[in-house]
Formats: sequence, C-alpha cells, structure tokens
Amino acid sequence: MTMIEAIRDAHDVAMGGDNRVVVYGEDVGFFGGVFRCTAGLQEKYGRSRCFDAPINESGIVGTAIGMAAYGLKPVIEIQFADYVYPAYDQIVSEAARLRHRSNGDFTCPIVIRMPTGGGIFGGQTHSQSPEAIFTHVSGLKVVIPSNPVDAKGLLLASIADPDPVIFLEPKRLYNGPFDGHHDRPLTTWKKHALGAVPEGDEIVPLGKAKITRDGADVTVLAYGTMVYVAETAAKESGVDAEVIDLRSLLPLDLETIAASVKKTGRCVIVHEATRTCGFGAELMSLVQEECFYSLEAPIIRVTGWDTPYPHAQEWQYFPGPARVGEALKQVMEE
Amino acid sequence: MSGVGKPLTLNVPEPECRPGDTPDFTDFEIPRAGAVARPPVDVAADDIRDMAFSIVRVLNKDGQAVGDWAGSLTPDDLRTGLRHMMTLRTFDARMLNAQRQGKTSFYMQSLGEEAISCAFARALEPGDMNFPTYRQAGLLIAADYPMLTMMNQIYSNAHDPLHGRQMPILYSAKAHGFFSISGNLGTQFVQSVGWAMASAISGDSKIAAGWIGDGSTAENDFHAAMVFASTYTAPVVLNIVNNQWAISTFQGIARGGVGTFAARGHGFGVASIRVDGNDYLAVHAVAKWAAERARLGLGPTLIEYVTYRAGGHSSSDDPSAYRSGEEPGAWPLGDPIDRLKQHLISIGEWSDERHAQADAEILSDVVTVQKQAEAVGTLGDGKAPSPRDVFEGVYETMPPHLIRQRQMAGY
Repeated sequence: MTMIEAIRDAHDVAMGGDNRVVVYGEDVGFFGGVFRCTAGLQEKYGRSRCFDAPINESGIVGTAIGMAAYGLKPVIEIQFADYVYPAYDQIVSEAARLRHRSNGDFTCPIVIRMPTGGGIFGGQTHSQSPEAIFTHVSGLKVVIPSNPVDAKGLLLASIADPDPVIFLEPKRLYNGPFDGHHDRPLTTWKKHALGAVPEGDEIVPLGKAKITRDGADVTVLAYGTMVYVAETAAKESGVDAEVIDLRSLLPLDLETIAASVKKTGRCVIVHEATRTCGFGAELMSLVQEECFYSLEAPIIRVTGWDTPYPHAQEWQYFPGPARVGEALKQVMEE
Repeated sequence: MSGVGKPLTLNVPEPECRPGDTPDFTDFEIPRAGAVARPPVDVAADDIRDMAFSIVRVLNKDGQAVGDWAGSLTPDDLRTGLRHMMTLRTFDARMLNAQRQGKTSFYMQSLGEEAISCAFARALEPGDMNFPTYRQAGLLIAADYPMLTMMNQIYSNAHDPLHGRQMPILYSAKAHGFFSISGNLGTQFVQSVGWAMASAISGDSKIAAGWIGDGSTAENDFHAAMVFASTYTAPVVLNIVNNQWAISTFQGIARGGVGTFAARGHGFGVASIRVDGNDYLAVHAVAKWAAERARLGLGPTLIEYVTYRAGGHSSSDDPSAYRSGEEPGAWPLGDPIDRLKQHLISIGEWSDERHAQADAEILSDVVTVQKQAEAVGTLGDGKAPSPRDVFEGVYETMPPHLIRQRQMAGY
C-alpha cells in the first residue's frame, strides 16, 4: 500500500466505525483530493460526510471547530501545508485553546491534515515544512508519519484523539521511501516492509518514537522524509548511527530520545524546515537539558536554509544524505 | 485621454460628528414603524433585497405596535423581556462599578443594546447554539443563566466555572446555548456556520446563531462565514450588531462605500434584513422569522441590528476622546427599555409605579447576588483558583512536558 492508500484506508476505517467523522477540504469530495487521499469516500459515505469546500482555509478550519463543538469529528484537508496560514488564527486562537478557555465546556477533536515538505519541484509555495509554528502552540498535537503503516495507525490515533491534531504528511513519501538520492530510480512502497499496511483499526499511539536503525555511536533525530535520508546517510558514511523517527513532535517521546543519546553520547538533528527556531532548536535544548553530562560532542543540526524553498535549486536546499553524512562524520571527530 | 490628471488622493472616511460637534442625524433615514412588510419565511433571498436597505420597526413613536411584524409576543412575554433588559442594565452598572472599585480587571456592558440579545434569546429553542461576541450577555440573562455564576466568572474567584483562565465576561455556557467567547474578533462567526452544518449533517433540527459587530465584519471570518453559509444552505442566523462604533472607529471604516452591512449578504445570495435594534418587538419578530427559516432548511439569514453603543467600548475606553458626548442622547432610535416600557403602558399592561417597583426589586436581587459572589472572592483578593489549574485542561490528558513544567512551577 502507498502512503496515500494507507491514509485513505484510515479515513475509511474511521468513517465506517463512527458516523461523527466527516471529511472535507478543497477538491476532497468528488475528485478525492489532489493527492487522492480521500478518493472513493464520497461515493461510499455520501456527500454530507465527504465534500468539497470553498477555497478558504480559515473557513475550513473555522467550520470544523463549530462542527466539533456540535459533537462531530471533522478530518479536514489543507491542500498544501503552505496554504494553511489563512487558518492560523482559527487554529491557534480557537482550536488549540477551546478546551482550556471553556474549562472543557467545549472541546475540539479535529484533525487538520496537510501535505508537507519538498523534493517535488514545488517551489516556495508547495514545499514548506511549517511544523514548528504548530509545536509552538499550547493545545495542539503535531504528528508526522514517515511510512504507510504509521500513516494509517497515527491517523487513526489522531482521529480518535480528543484534542486538535496537526497531521503533516511528507508528500515526497506518498509513493515511496525517498532516501534523498533524487538522481536515482524511484523505489515504491510495494517492495518495502512498511508498505504492508495491516487491515483493521489498529492505532499507532501518539507520543511514541520509533528507533528505525540501531547504532552505538551517534543518535540521529529525524521525522518524515528525513528518516530515510538519515538511514541512508548512516549506511553511506559508515558511521554507526542510531536513527530515531520521532513520529509525533507534540507530545514528544523525550524518554526514547534521552535514553538513546545517553547511550551514544552524540546527537545529530535533521529536518527539512528552516533552521532558525525550527523544531531542531527545541530538540537541541531538550537533549542538552536531559543529556548534557553524557554528551561527547556538540549537537549538530542539519536543516533547510533560512530562505524560501527554491524551485530550480531544490536539491541544494534539501538536506540530503551527503550533508547528513558530513554531519555524522563531523560529530564523530569531536 | 492622456491619462495625466490631478495626483490621486486617498479616501479615508470620517464620521460627521467628533467631540465638540453637534450630532445631526437628520440624514439618517428611519422608515416609519410597520412600513416594511413581513414576507413568508420561504421567500427567495432575491425577492427581499430592499429589506437590506430599509429598517423593520414595530413600535411607533407613540409606543404602539404596528404592522405585519407585530403580535409575536403576549403581554406576559413583553413584561418578561422588559425585566430581562432591566436586569442586564442593572447587572452591567453594578459590575462596571465593581471594576472601578478594583474588584476585577475589566468589564464590557451592553448599555443601549439590551433589546438585541434579550429578544433574540427568546426566539431560539432549547438546544440551539449561539456563537456570541462579548456584548451579548443578554443571551444568558434571558436564558436564566445564574447571575451568580456570571459574577463568579467576572471576579475570577474560586467558583468561577472557567477557573480564572479567561478575562471577565468571556463566558462559556453550553447548556444555555452559549458558545465560549474567544476575545479574538470575528472567529466565532464562521464557527457558527460549522455548528449549523453539523446539525444538518446529523439530520438534527437545531440551528445556530452567529454574532459579530459592525467593525468585525471586515474580518476574513465574516466573509468565510457568508461563503460557507451560502454554499451549504446552513441552518444559521447570522447577526451583525451595528452599534455605530468599533472602539473609536466609526462604522464607515468597515462599511466603506456600501449602503448597509446587511447588503453584504446580497453577493452571497443570503436573505438579508435590517432591523431596529432598539425595538424589542422588532428584534424578536425578525429573529423568530429567521430562526424558522433556518429550521425549515430554507437557509441562512443575515440580520443587521441598527443600534447605538451608548457606553464606552469597555471599562478601558473613554468615548469622549473620539465622539460627541451628546451623540448617545441624540440617537434617533431611542432607548430599548424606555420604548418597551412605554409600549406596555400604552396597552394598559404596565405603569410607572410598577416599573419603579420592578427596578427596585431587580437592584435588590442583583445586589444580593453580588454580595454572595464577593463573599466567595474578587480578583486579586488571594482567593483565586490554584495556579496548578493553569496546567489542567490544555489537553484532555496532561502530556509529559506539561507535567514537568507544572513541577518546575512548583505546583
């Protein structure tokens, strides 16, 4: 199963099991979404449970908050994470705070899905990774799967969650486990173990990281597309790196992170998002707070640059296996 | 045409009356009471376009209820409505004074606008949901929400249902059809449409009511709400309270060159009506009409209540800095309490004596409740909810990082 099919399957399972789950967004209904993540749902569940929305992101999120206040469980799609900014007020001032400000009189169990990340020649308006502008907000949960199995399980967990969840889908991974070598033939999820998505309604719990590669010398913290880039960099650089797929940034599995860094004594953080105040900055602070006396070298970040995401030069922007491999070697030299 | 003319200039609208000027409302067109016909609830929005430029009024200058919109309320209903408005005004006066005495940080009153929220509340059914702004406390008063609970919230005391988390008057009362007030402007307007869509999705019979002020109609949320309400024929009543002033900004800044706020609905194909906001009977009749239309699945209605903010924007505001002190008195639609009182007297259902007696009873009731609330506590008296509580309810289950931070904070 591709990640797209896994996401569609999660919707199907959730909608089939709970008629409070409604799905909408731009091009989401008849067409099934520009990435086809909701294909077939309108036909199966009817137009009132899966439908097209006007091109108004704050309206999509604002109506979802109202629906949640009524008692439904909206799962809404923002066509690209780059388009979410008009909805930021509704997300930050409303969805994230409704439970707290009303002392639980009203709650906001909504899932806001959006494709994130670059590597598809999307330029500055189809490539961004805005996770840190959501992890900065109290009251939100922020989830980023890196494979079809997790995409289904984490989405089901997000839909079941009683609080608002930002669900970021690395679009470069929709069809295969991209390792950052853009000049090589594509691989698909068919040949990958994590493409074997189980049937049914099993969830992957939020707040639990996964060690995807065991290693002794350095811990690499990654999520989304960067998980495969990190694994590939470890293989190619020969550094015995342990790769942790964070899966959920908020809540964060600090326990797994700290245990690994205390074991390896070194830490490299990789994300595609811009560097300054990126989620790597938070990770660096936490690792420093939790693991300072175990560290044998300064923590290194490998990130996108603090520029708009370029079109023609996207592979110079993307933190690929060469840059991550360099960081692994550098952290070992200390 | 050479295309070369005088340099362009920027048009910045200004009100006709600023401090020192004499207010002059002679250009303000007020149709006589009863002049606007009551259409059937299933009327096509296009067939009542003129209603967005007129004003539905029931009470004439002699206090008589006239025209098609009259007759929706019995004398008992009207006395109840009068009592609600008088209670709200007294409550506001006491709480504004309590703020001046330092018993809380902030207050916002409904002075001059009491008819709108008080009458609207009586047009809804149990289970319907309002998405109010900060100036619809009458929805709670008229829904018999306990004044004591309101005061506890205003004082952020130990019995505050919101545990001191929200500024005064940003109530939440789901069981009384009152959505949690945000404090951010306009956001609730589109949420009300979502709630209404959810009712329709669920095959329910409940309706929603969105609220927004004249100034906030400029927010994106207003336009988003109109698009979604129009597209999905949502069972929602969308209310614009045009009280002429957004803090110091007169309504012309949000309205621009368009004739009325109600007319904004036309572009969306939404039935749009303007109503005298200081006429309890007119507000109730129009609200009832719009609620019925929504409940029958006939779609949304945009209502503009023409009223006047007789007091400051909030306890932090001094209107004398930007508008004439004579303007509230010159407002041509009068005072909603006086007008309903005169109507009841004119039909032989009320008297000055009964009014004075009711006023005294209400004051006594409000003062009694105020003493109870103040016995529990006022802001800053050291009896506020525990700081430990700040960490509760951010999520249903407290995540590890908040548990750690709560411990760091010492709670």
